[in-house]
Parts: sequence; C-alpha cells; structure tokens
Amino acid sequence: MKCRKCREAAVIEIRRHNAAFCRDCFLEHCNRQVAKAIKEHDMCLEREHILVAISGGKDSLALWAILTDLGYATSGLYIDLGIGEYSERSHKFAVDFANTRNLELKIVDLTEDAGFDVSGGARSSHRPPCSVCGISKRHWFNKVASEGGFDAIATGHNLDDESATLLGNLLHWQVEYVARQGAVLPATNDGFVRKIKPLIRLGERETAAYCVLSGIDYIVDECPMAAGNTGLAYKAALSVLEDFSPGTRQMFLGGFLSHGRERFFGADEEVRLVSCRVCASPTPAADDAECAYCRLKPKSRHSGFSDG
Amino acid sequence: MKVKMRNPDRIEELDDVRTVGALLARLGVHPDSVIVIRGDSLLTKDQRVSDDDEIELRPVVSGGAS
Ligand code: SF4
Ligand SMILES: [Zn+2]
Ligand SMILES: [Zn+2]
Repeated sequence: MKCRKCREAAVIEIRRHNAAFCRDCFLEHCNRQVAKAIKEHDMCLEREHILVAISGGKDSLALWAILTDLGYATSGLYIDLGIGEYSERSHKFAVDFANTRNLELKIVDLTEDAGFDVSGGARSSHRPPCSVCGISKRHWFNKVASEGGFDAIATGHNLDDESATLLGNLLHWQVEYVARQGAVLPATNDGFVRKIKPLIRLGERETAAYCVLSGIDYIVDECPMAAGNTGLAYKAALSVLEDFSPGTRQMFLGGFLSHGRERFFGADEEVRLVSCRVCASPTPAADDAECAYCRLKPKSRHSGFSDG
Repeated sequence: MKVKMRNPDRIEELDDVRTVGALLARLGVHPDSVIVIRGDSLLTKDQRVSDDDEIELRPVVSGGAS
C-alpha cells in the first residue's frame, strides 16, 4: 500500500477515508482532523489557554500532543483515582509524557485531596464506581480550570466513543442526554468552564497509531472497572455497520452534531444553578445546595454507612 | 514468528504466515480492532512478514464509561 499523499510506503490504512498514509502524512492527517473539528465547532481560539484532561491513555496523550503541535497553550490535569496498579501505571505515563515534552501537568490525588478513592466513594454513596469516577472528574476538571483561569477543558472523547454514546442514548431515548451531547459545551455564567472534544473526527485506532508513530508510551491496559461496560456493546454494533459501510460512524455523529442535535433542544430543562454550600461549585438548586461531588464524601456526622 | 497479544497478555508462536492480513485471519482478529506494531512502526494488511519477526497486535478499543 502506498501513501495517498506522497506515494511512499504506507504504515496505516483508514478505510473511512479510503486512504493509507506514511508516518509523516498520517501525523499531519491527525493534526488536520483536530484543527478541522476545532474550527467546525468553534471550540476555541488560538490564544486561549486549555486544560487537557489526561488519563495516561492513548486518546488523552494524543490529544495533548496534537493541541501542543497546533500551537495551543495547554496544561494537563491528571486525576489519580486510587484504582490500584492501574492508577499507579497510568500516573507514570502521564508524568513521563509531560516531562519529555516539558509541559505543565497538574495532579489531583483523590485519596489525599478528596478523602476517598473511587471504590471507597462507591461504597459510601451506594453508586457504581464509574458514576463516582465521573462525578469526581467533572468536579475537579471544572474546579482546577476555573481557579486556574483556563478558557476551556479539552477531553479525549473520540469518534468511536461519541458515536457509541449517541447510539446508547438514542436506544434508550434519553432525550435530555441527547440534547446535551455536543462537541462543545459552552461556559455558563454561573461557573462552568467550556468543555471541548477536539478528537471527534478521529477514531480510536487513529489515536493509538498516532501515539505509536510519534513515540508516545501510554497505558494499554483498561481500567479494571470498565469490564462488562455496555458502551462496548454499542461500539461492537457500530463496528459491524462500519464494516458494511465505512464512514457510518462519521455520518452518524457528524450528521447529529450538524443538524440532528438542535431538534432535541428544549428536551433538557433549564436548571437553575446555585453555589454548593460546601465547595462553592455550581450545582442545581433542587439538590439542597450540595453538589453531587460533595455528597460523595464520607460524612462522619451521619455515620450511616456500615459496610460489611 | 512471535506475536504479542493482550487480554490476556500472551505470546503466540506462528510460522508460515506471509502477510499481516493472513496473520490476522489466522488468529481471528478483526483488522480494525488492533494496530499491528513491528519495531517502532506499524504494518498495513498487505505487508509481508517473516518467521523471525516479532509483532505486537495491540487492541485499540477502550471501554471506559467516561
Ligand atoms: S472505567 Fe469507570 S472507574 Fe475506570 S476510569 Fe472509566 S469511568 Fe473511571
Ligand atoms: Zn506520505
Ligand atoms: Zn460541592
């Protein structure tokens, strides 16, 4: 196979684009797709300071590398979730990447900074670990971004993730979630920093290839809590459709973002936000003015949890 | 050749496979679910492989909930 651009030997084929690329043209292709996604969805401006959510995996590290390449001023934020060896190893990949490229990496250690890890929070709140993880990440991303004066928070959600999420939300007709599933979630004047997903034009095979070809080591193993996740079934279903007709995911997600999503606007009720009485983060007024994150913290006051 | 695979981590020993496509077919691996690594580069399906190659098939599908 030859590179579509320069006719050198190709190292990767992307069926969705009916193309193969050599190393250099492939890295260039990834940069261009990210630049295009940013422009298409008005994600951010050149001068803005972006906080990149870093997990130590392929997507977040590729994202950080590409945004830096494109000239954005970035810092990374890694959250140590306290998930045993998985957290130790992913932490190290994040730190090594930042050191090699001389980038600033901020670190939050959930056990130290919050007083619980993902499993502990799950036990005391009777929520699934991934829900505790999601609430904690959202809380810290927003807190670090707003206190640090960042213009936007970038996450590594890629085309495969976002199309699988969309399929799941539509299958269950969770119309409020569908309405809120954008490439950009604008800042709100009550304290939420803008969120952007610059990788929505790249599949996960591309972000993995990007890392290998640019010498980025990342954690390949999955978080142990991910086992049996329903998201995987939606990915598998889309992969069957993609085989049948390459480009299906791009058509599904791209079409949704450009003209499907707006039809769901209004499905998510306007929620009045107030400051959390514990941490001052924005939270729905209906929740007794204590945010979902603060409600996760084990409270010695109502020592109601005796977990056997 | 030695083929490194994951989930679970293991090394498969295979001989008489001529191309990456044939290798993936022999192991029953979907070409879009992995990247094929040799040294510090990647291989496309049509590329030739030989018995003394060391190759990694690295899965690319992640299943986190967020
Ligand atoms: S699998 Fe669940 S616990 Fe693990 S990182 Fe993802 S959301 Fe968090
Ligand atoms: Zn080329
Ligand atoms: Zn709070």
